[in-house]
Amino acid sequence: MSVVKVEDVSKLYRLGNVNAAAFVEDMKRMWLRVRGLEDQAILTAETNDRTRKGNSDYVWALKDINFDVSEGEILGIVGRNGAGKSTLLKILAKITSPTSGNIKIRGRIASLLEVGTGFHPELTGRENMYLNGHILGMTKREIDRKFDEIVDFSGVENYLNTPVKRYSSGMRVRLAFAVAAHLEPEILIIDEVLAVGDAEFQAKCLGKMSQVSKTEGRTILFVSHNMAAVETLCSQAILLENGRMIAKDETKKITSLYFNPKTELQTGFSKYDTRIVSAVLNEGEIITAVDKLKVKITIECRRKIPNPHVQFTLSSNNQIIADTTSLLTGFQPDCFNEGMNSIECIFSPATLLPERSYFVRLGLRENDGVTPLIDSQIISRFEVQVDKSEVLKATKFISQIGDIPIPLTPYIIKFNDSTVFNWK
Amino acid sequence: MHTMNKEKWTEEISSKRGLFDLRFKELWKYRDLITTFVKRDIVSTYKQTVLGPFWFFISPFFTVIMFTFVFSTVAGIKTEGIPAPIFYLTGTTLWNYFQTCFITSSSTFLQNEGIFGKVYFPRLVSPISTVISNLIKLGIQLVVLIMLICYFVFFEQYELQFNYYILLFPILVILMAGIAMGVGILTSAVTSKYRDIQMFISFGIGLLMYATPVIYPISQVPEKFRIYLMLNPISPIIETFRYSIFGVGTFSWIFLAYSAVFMIVTLFVGIIVFNQVEKSFMDTI
Repeated sequence: MSVVKVEDVSKLYRLGNVNAAAFVEDMKRMWLRVRGLEDQAILTAETNDRTRKGNSDYVWALKDINFDVSEGEILGIVGRNGAGKSTLLKILAKITSPTSGNIKIRGRIASLLEVGTGFHPELTGRENMYLNGHILGMTKREIDRKFDEIVDFSGVENYLNTPVKRYSSGMRVRLAFAVAAHLEPEILIIDEVLAVGDAEFQAKCLGKMSQVSKTEGRTILFVSHNMAAVETLCSQAILLENGRMIAKDETKKITSLYFNPKTELQTGFSKYDTRIVSAVLNEGEIITAVDKLKVKITIECRRKIPNPHVQFTLSSNNQIIADTTSLLTGFQPDCFNEGMNSIECIFSPATLLPERSYFVRLGLRENDGVTPLIDSQIISRFEVQVDKSEVLKATKFISQIGDIPIPLTPYIIKFNDSTVFNWK
Repeated sequence: MHTMNKEKWTEEISSKRGLFDLRFKELWKYRDLITTFVKRDIVSTYKQTVLGPFWFFISPFFTVIMFTFVFSTVAGIKTEGIPAPIFYLTGTTLWNYFQTCFITSSSTFLQNEGIFGKVYFPRLVSPISTVISNLIKLGIQLVVLIMLICYFVFFEQYELQFNYYILLFPILVILMAGIAMGVGILTSAVTSKYRDIQMFISFGIGLLMYATPVIYPISQVPEKFRIYLMLNPISPIIETFRYSIFGVGTFSWIFLAYSAVFMIVTLFVGIIVFNQVEKSFMDTI
């Protein structure tokens, strides 16, 4: 049985400043509405892509979001910064209302968009416990009943009569989460609250969350950038991108999609006689911190191309980590045939660091090394998943190399499935 | 499908909300929160002070000394035979209550942006708890007033004209609270996006005090201006209060009724507008 039903939810935001010009515009929009005409803002609003400058002052922070959450489910909501996760949560939490569409809810809903909301620094831990509990919708009796449990969970008993401003930030989070964890709503909305707090407490929180969901049948909507947490906690997840819902699926699939987004390749023939048909990274698997990075590209040619120059580059933060340009290596594949050709580049070991964006580019030129066939085109953008044990290894590896000449990463290039070049 | 879905949805979030969908029932459910907010306001005001709540006594005390000196001694404004200190204290006690309630509730959205942006509860909880917590401060100031009156009665042989109109006092406070909150939340709603009016209020409220018989009695005002002063809905309330204690001043049921109607209308309109704004003010604040 579904307890939350989101139907066609969209949210429009206005960019820019609130000033006299905005006021005039508001009046115009109001006048249109009074006359019963279509709102211009809605008509001209654009997809929310923060990186590109648009033509309209209005963007869709969310556009046509539809999903169901069933009872007892823990649904993960993932996406990059600005994808619309928080906006979605804010609408669910009734902090703001959708521009169109509606949400149906069965049961009490409580939101935890921030821990310790409304904590007053001057009040003591005990006073704040009640204050925070009431803000989250608990009655006095409920808090009284659970008082000992909350104190116990938080582990700040010794500080109960001390003003919260004297607490360490970790203690504040502990107390706040303890209160929230003992809420009894049917639906709980949680946003990135685990960012603070030590490892022990984080584990405790995750445990508590899965406990309330499994044993008490409560529904949780969980937003986080911590894919490891999302994977352990959620069975289902949705992926948002630029305000649109890209997918709703099993968490594994969603996180893999999150780390290896399908980059939109220009697959049509441009002015040249070659085009990229597909590009696959590590056969679609999640890329971990120290890993082999395999890029497989299928290229279609409209004519035979003898001895082309091939250049793969792997870069991050505008720094090139590996470059396989034929000018350096002297390697040029024999011939690209008319029709399909596959070329593969394996960076191994690829010294990738977690929580960074990486780009793989491909460039293809005629055998003169100048005339382009494919302009250095981004074929993949990916992020490396956090894996703490692996990070350690990676760090060590990096420090040995230092800050380096290219190409620093050993690689192998395969052409039509046979190894043709091996750089070590 | 319809037969399957026996249990109803308990709540629906959509872009529109009915004009008169005021959700008082929900507000009632959050009464514990109101109590806690009131407690928070009181307790936090004088935290880390040695004298604590004693400060509630000190500020009106000095205000009255200053007012007596400036308006009575220097400016020589007559106070209808009432000793100047208690005349001013009756006025300022009520006026301060109005002013703090109004200013705080007029910035409801701006002041609570942080908390409102993170969690939902009926936003009216905020102005309501302000009005109540200030009530406690008002109570303490009334104690000061009573003490000062006693002093004048016992040591200065001032004869009090106490009368039954004192029974109106709770109503006067309700009127004061209602008007302050009504106008306050209306302002907070219209200033959530464009803050111009907020600018006006910061100095307007200071001026409004002079348009209210706080430091002078209505009887001292030239006849032709009196009606304008009485159109200020606060004026009848303060005048009635003084009349009920000292037996002098202007009392009229009509003007008191006018204040009451003013309160009901502003409160009603205020709540409607406030409720419309609260659902999406976070986008524009």
